[in-house]
Amino acid sequence: MTEPSEPIVELAGITKQFGTVQVLRGVDLSLYPGEVHALVGENGAGKSTLVKLLAGIHRPGAGVIKIGGKEVELHNPIQARHLGIAVIHQEPTLFPDLNVAENVYMGRHPRDRFGRVDWKRMYREVEQLLASLGVHLNVYAPVQGLSVADQQLVEIAKALSLDSRVLIMDEPTAALSAHEVHELFAIVRQLRERGVAILFVSHRLEEIFELAQRVTVLRDGVRVATAPISELTTEEIIRQMVGRALETLYPKSAVEPGEVILDVRHLTRTGTFEDVSFQVRRGEILGFAGLVGAGRTEVARVVFGIDRADAGEIRIGGKLVQMHSPKTAMNYGIAYVPEDRHQHGLVMDFSIARNMTLPILRQTSLLGLVNQRREREIAKDYSAQLQVRSSGIDQLVKALSGGNQQKVVLAKWLITNPSVLILDEPTRGIDVGSKAEVHRIVSELASKGLAIMLISSDLPEVLAMADRVLVMHEGRIAAEFTHADVDQEKVMFAATGQVTNGYSQ
Amino acid sequence: MATASKQAQKTSTTPRRTGNRLVVLVSRVRELGLLVVLLLIVLVVGVQVPQFFTLSNMIQILLSVSILAIVAIGETLVILTRNVDLSVGSVVGFSAFLVANTFKQNPHTNLLLGILLGCALGLLLGAINGLIVTWGRVPAIVATLGTLYAYRGFDFLYAGGNQVSASDVPDSFLSLATTPLLGIPLLIWFAVLLAIIFGFLLRSSRTGRELYAIGSNPDAARLVGIRSDLLVFGAFAIAGLLSGFAGVLWGARFATVDATAASGLELLVIAAVVVGGVNIFGGSGSIVGAMLGAIVLSTIDNSLSFLRVSQFWLQAIDGAAILIAVTLDAFITRWVQHLLITRRQR
Repeated sequence: MTEPSEPIVELAGITKQFGTVQVLRGVDLSLYPGEVHALVGENGAGKSTLVKLLAGIHRPGAGVIKIGGKEVELHNPIQARHLGIAVIHQEPTLFPDLNVAENVYMGRHPRDRFGRVDWKRMYREVEQLLASLGVHLNVYAPVQGLSVADQQLVEIAKALSLDSRVLIMDEPTAALSAHEVHELFAIVRQLRERGVAILFVSHRLEEIFELAQRVTVLRDGVRVATAPISELTTEEIIRQMVGRALETLYPKSAVEPGEVILDVRHLTRTGTFEDVSFQVRRGEILGFAGLVGAGRTEVARVVFGIDRADAGEIRIGGKLVQMHSPKTAMNYGIAYVPEDRHQHGLVMDFSIARNMTLPILRQTSLLGLVNQRREREIAKDYSAQLQVRSSGIDQLVKALSGGNQQKVVLAKWLITNPSVLILDEPTRGIDVGSKAEVHRIVSELASKGLAIMLISSDLPEVLAMADRVLVMHEGRIAAEFTHADVDQEKVMFAATGQVTNGYSQ
Repeated sequence: MATASKQAQKTSTTPRRTGNRLVVLVSRVRELGLLVVLLLIVLVVGVQVPQFFTLSNMIQILLSVSILAIVAIGETLVILTRNVDLSVGSVVGFSAFLVANTFKQNPHTNLLLGILLGCALGLLLGAINGLIVTWGRVPAIVATLGTLYAYRGFDFLYAGGNQVSASDVPDSFLSLATTPLLGIPLLIWFAVLLAIIFGFLLRSSRTGRELYAIGSNPDAARLVGIRSDLLVFGAFAIAGLLSGFAGVLWGARFATVDATAASGLELLVIAAVVVGGVNIFGGSGSIVGAMLGAIVLSTIDNSLSFLRVSQFWLQAIDGAAILIAVTLDAFITRWVQHLLITRRQR
């Protein structure tokens, strides 16, 4: 398919900024009718932001959006929809209590001449719509019983019922099985033949080669390449996705790893990850790289006893342990710093001291009453160690910067005196300066003999900090590298599932 | 679309009528269940106490349901949008006293004017609730808890310890509740008429369906262009309006009104709505269900007095009814999902 007619969507020089973070810098993008255009990039490259701009959810800071040759401003999702842009978000946005047909037509129910909702016509039309896609769904069934794949079909039917000219799919395959992906692709091809322009956002490169005609690569908010898929190889795309220089060097003091403290064997949680085995030694930082949704956080949650494993075993210091709950995990010296500080890590309305001593309430209290003096002593000690910048330990945590909040979370778990520390995206969303400090702290902890599992989507961070790097892809460990022989491209190859045809030679 | 329908004929739609019927049947299970419970109560009590089975007692039950039912209609609209209105009891009480007192002060006030006065007060108070929730972004449960006390407070200020009794008001006002039409008091007709109107609107108007959408997934509702704030505001305003009207009827039915009238009614209303299968988190339920809920609770109430069971038990039994209804709901929802999923995997 070579440059047919006029582009239906044209973006020129789009920029977008959230606070001080520049997410998109002068991005150009054109979508043509009857074309699947793939949008790829690392986590945080700006793909989702670009999708949200087209959906009318965010507005660009600068730049021009043209639809059908005419310059437009997308103020809200409804306006984008009227211009023929339909978006299928990562998570389907449907009404679980209402049935399939009504989900397709919500807000636009067909009406009879008395203005009543014409249920029969609605059911009939949705049935036809689904049949035209070759899909069998019960239009009377409430959406809440449907699988994610079926819910996406409902979204697609909705887009079709709107006569959309542009369909944007934001990682539609992330939650689908191989068979479901196959069916989805058949439908996408069908839409393409009808002349719909499709923007397909995906992490999975093999899908892009299967489906797309052209590819645009984003890196750190900049468009680094747009080319017909036939002119690109997997290697080239990956190089362009990761091709950034290591801006900062992270200090990782060399530590001679001690004995194995955490030994995980054939751990499986059906549907999320499979046959995951690894060992972490004292003083070692084991990096977990991979794309969002590869199963890294899920492994951590099982090791910490939040979720249950369906198979496999966890040994701590050589002893087989049943992880019933986070409490068990804590008793065995495991600490877990989750990704979302706000939701899982901190109580925003508590002071620094209160937050830090939460996990050891029992030790700081007598007969159910908290010994505040002891609480403050401990908090002061750790604040100083981790150099938390605040007006004092009584300051509320919500008033701290992201970096300092992260230090409080770290302190909170370090106070429990763990032997294994699991860090999930410890530097996400914090500024460069604090990032370096967090790295320094993590490195110091390792040198004191802690075993550390470092889950991070920030590749340079993993590469610099970790003694060994495990790469996960779709719930499995795809590759393992040592600090000496790892580089970004190797990791990206494994993370996108290319390891067999890429680097096995 | 032309291509769509052409292909539709080719690929044969496989209608699966049995599956459809199953889904529709299951979605009605709540209402059918309530109906069965109602019949059981009537039968069991009727066998034991023959007077229970008389037409006059049936009308007595429906009379006591009617005011509850009218308020429950408004409450259903609000709860469907994932909100709640705790102030309805205060609105009913305030409206009842305002209207009754107006007739006491000016016995020659036009009857229609009196009704409109009560409705207008209700609309105003409901609109205030709606504004606090949509414009002020205060969670409904807190906002209306506040106005529950505030409205009752205004009622007390206005009433100042006075009482209106049957002898103070013109008969025309009292006849609003009792005048029979086809042998059934007017009050019951009001409730039936309003239930039919709002039942129809919820089922067959776009706006009605959009109320469900808002409660089912507020973010998605915004994405498809539903003006959520306006509709939520409207739901509160109508709940207020209906409560105001119910207040007028309250005054007409009980004739003796002071500032404490209809205290605590809100909890009975919410109980009726929830027992009737309206999801307290919004998105599902129906007027028919809410009406059945109100009838079941009132019938239980009535039966207990016939069976000479102490009023003390009434609250315990109402409580049990709520718990059973809600637990059953959760169970049925899971069961339906299970059915649908296994059907697909076949």
